[in-house]
Amino acid sequence: MSDILQQIFGALIAIAIALAGTVAYFWGSNWLLDKFLGSNTATGDDLTRRDNRRSQIRPWLFLLPALLFLSVYLVYPVIETFRLSFFDKNENFVGFANYLWAFGDGNFQQSIFNNILWLLIVPSFATAFGLVIAVLADKLWWGNIAKSLVFMPMAISFVGASVIWKFVYDYRAAGEQQIGVLNAIVTGLGLPPQAWITIPVWNSVLLMVILIWIQAGFAMVILSAALRGVPEETLEAARIDGANGFRIFFDIMIPQIWGTIVVVWTTITIVVLKVFDIIFAMTNGQWDTEVLANFMFKWMFVNFDYGRGSTVAVIIMLAVLPIMIWNIRRANAEEGTR
Amino acid sequence: MTAVVDTATDLPRPTTGTPRWAARIDAARIFTHVALLFLVALWTFPTAGLLISSLRDKDQLAVSGWWTALSTSSTQGVTRLPQAGAQIEAGGKFVIRGNVFGEDTNKTLAQFGLSNAEPAAAAAGESLPMTDGGALTVQRDGAYEWVSDTRFTHTRGPRVFYVAEIAPRFTLDNYVEVLTANGVFRSFINSFTVTIPATIIPILMAAFAAYALAWMRFPFRGLIVAVVVGLLVVPLQMSLIPLLKMYNGIAQAFGAEDGKTYLSIWLAHTAFGLPLAIYLLRNYMAGLPKEIMESARIDGASHFKIFTGMVLPLSFPALASFSIFQFLWVWNDLLVAMVFLGAQESKLVLTGKLVSLLGSRGNNWEILTAGAFVTIVVPLIVFFSLQRYFVRGLLAGSVK
Repeated sequence: MSDILQQIFGALIAIAIALAGTVAYFWGSNWLLDKFLGSNTATGDDLTRRDNRRSQIRPWLFLLPALLFLSVYLVYPVIETFRLSFFDKNENFVGFANYLWAFGDGNFQQSIFNNILWLLIVPSFATAFGLVIAVLADKLWWGNIAKSLVFMPMAISFVGASVIWKFVYDYRAAGEQQIGVLNAIVTGLGLPPQAWITIPVWNSVLLMVILIWIQAGFAMVILSAALRGVPEETLEAARIDGANGFRIFFDIMIPQIWGTIVVVWTTITIVVLKVFDIIFAMTNGQWDTEVLANFMFKWMFVNFDYGRGSTVAVIIMLAVLPIMIWNIRRANAEEGTR
Repeated sequence: MTAVVDTATDLPRPTTGTPRWAARIDAARIFTHVALLFLVALWTFPTAGLLISSLRDKDQLAVSGWWTALSTSSTQGVTRLPQAGAQIEAGGKFVIRGNVFGEDTNKTLAQFGLSNAEPAAAAAGESLPMTDGGALTVQRDGAYEWVSDTRFTHTRGPRVFYVAEIAPRFTLDNYVEVLTANGVFRSFINSFTVTIPATIIPILMAAFAAYALAWMRFPFRGLIVAVVVGLLVVPLQMSLIPLLKMYNGIAQAFGAEDGKTYLSIWLAHTAFGLPLAIYLLRNYMAGLPKEIMESARIDGASHFKIFTGMVLPLSFPALASFSIFQFLWVWNDLLVAMVFLGAQESKLVLTGKLVSLLGSRGNNWEILTAGAFVTIVVPLIVFFSLQRYFVRGLLAGSVK
């Protein structure tokens, strides 16, 4: 018990120190800047020069802590991981050997195959479900309650969601009463129960269901907001022209919010590329369910081969890269219009 | 609803009879209701199943689906009667007494029998002749009486098979068990220890940086913004190995075994949260009215004054959005906690604890369901009470 109290106390102290530290840094550095490059005593050219100098330095004072953290924890590791991917377990330079190993490795090929499957299925189904639920919910008085409930899985951890769905997929031998919903339905239809998690390809699909279940709420919220931006007059005009609900949905709503659909799609794609917890908790890659993130974790923390682990990380990074570049270009375009 | 359509379309109203489209619209509306209800049910029932199961009696949970929680379930069991030494002599007869359920008394006996093949040979209250002599009677509450005219001499107690009914029972026992016996309470504290500092520390840092990127002019500003946008999607996997090596290096320099401390994970989460924090806050601050900033500048206020006096208070909604994001993300994280805090029992956070329970108690659903609910209850409370800010943050973070 006393070590728990000590731990809580330690956390509180850390918060206090961190807050005091950041406040002291920002206030202190600005105070110093104003004191030593202040314009009270100077005149003429000197004053302008000091003003300029101050406004040159101040942004960097604001940015310094954040840039420091970003450099140490994200920028440097990315470069270092890239470098490590060319070294073996004992830090000997091996060129592209790790990459050659990866593409020849059966488990790696399995991971690539599964990741492609995940990429094809999860973003499309999550976006489609999100869109359909958004459209339906916006028409009904209880739509907000419905949206809240569909959105709820977003708050649940991947591990928590895995337990929830593992319970749905639970398997008991034929003849026993099934306590998993899926097998209860299957046996209710007169078919034999299945140990779903161990049947290749289907087990991957059932793991994907978990992520679709989580991400559909995200898609729904974003798309629902976009749908509200579709001008009412456009929809009205279509209705007068006699378009039915399906025509309005496919011919007017979808083209109008296409940009948002792409954003949602790419965001979920990135989540899929990084997905780790679900596979780790449900199967740990057994029964042909391996994916890149879990494969990388194994090489890093089970085999302690940082070289090969880094290689797999770099391959995940390369898959994310096109979306990253696209995001940056979009942000830059945004910047131009401001 | 129909009235709205009428006035909006400006079409001539049909003069007589019910308009035909009214019927069509109603059918469509009913379809909408049903379709949405179906989807919502599909999205809710897995969580509902977990919650209901975690509150059920653990014997019932193991033998019947949670959708039957309100009906009585039946289970089969077996117990061995004691040896001859347990007999007492009463009124010229020899008796062995006891309860087939032992201490467990929430069951009701329906039938019993003496062989595996016939567990339902006699109903409760009836008697069965025994091969070791005498007759056995078992009551509904499980109490049995084995009565014989002659002294018992058996050395191996016979087995009694039974069919018992378990009345629906809801209980918090499973929660008491996971919180006291399985170390979940400790993990609960650990999760808070990790999450609260990791949520608070990045906020001020990100806010200053965001203001600089939104309202100050300086070289490389565009480049820094681009880097932040890029870092938003960099897989965490790229950071793990170098940081682990760095931490271990620092730990060795200080003579420690490894770098797996709370400080390591706070700083890691702080850094991993910064790109989103800066991006969200910068977008929000850039949207604040330019006129206020400019008039404050003309009045001679420095950037520092403008930021602390005006922009920071005005940015409260964005700060709240980010805090909720960061809280949920840190609380729900498994990977970073495993790498930087380790898998040591006393340091496991809730997600890690749940994974370890999945491994060690994979078939004890009473432990898993209650444990899972303990891990998701805090984020659910945060989510439902602050949903507005969460949604706002989501919209600002992805659609621009």
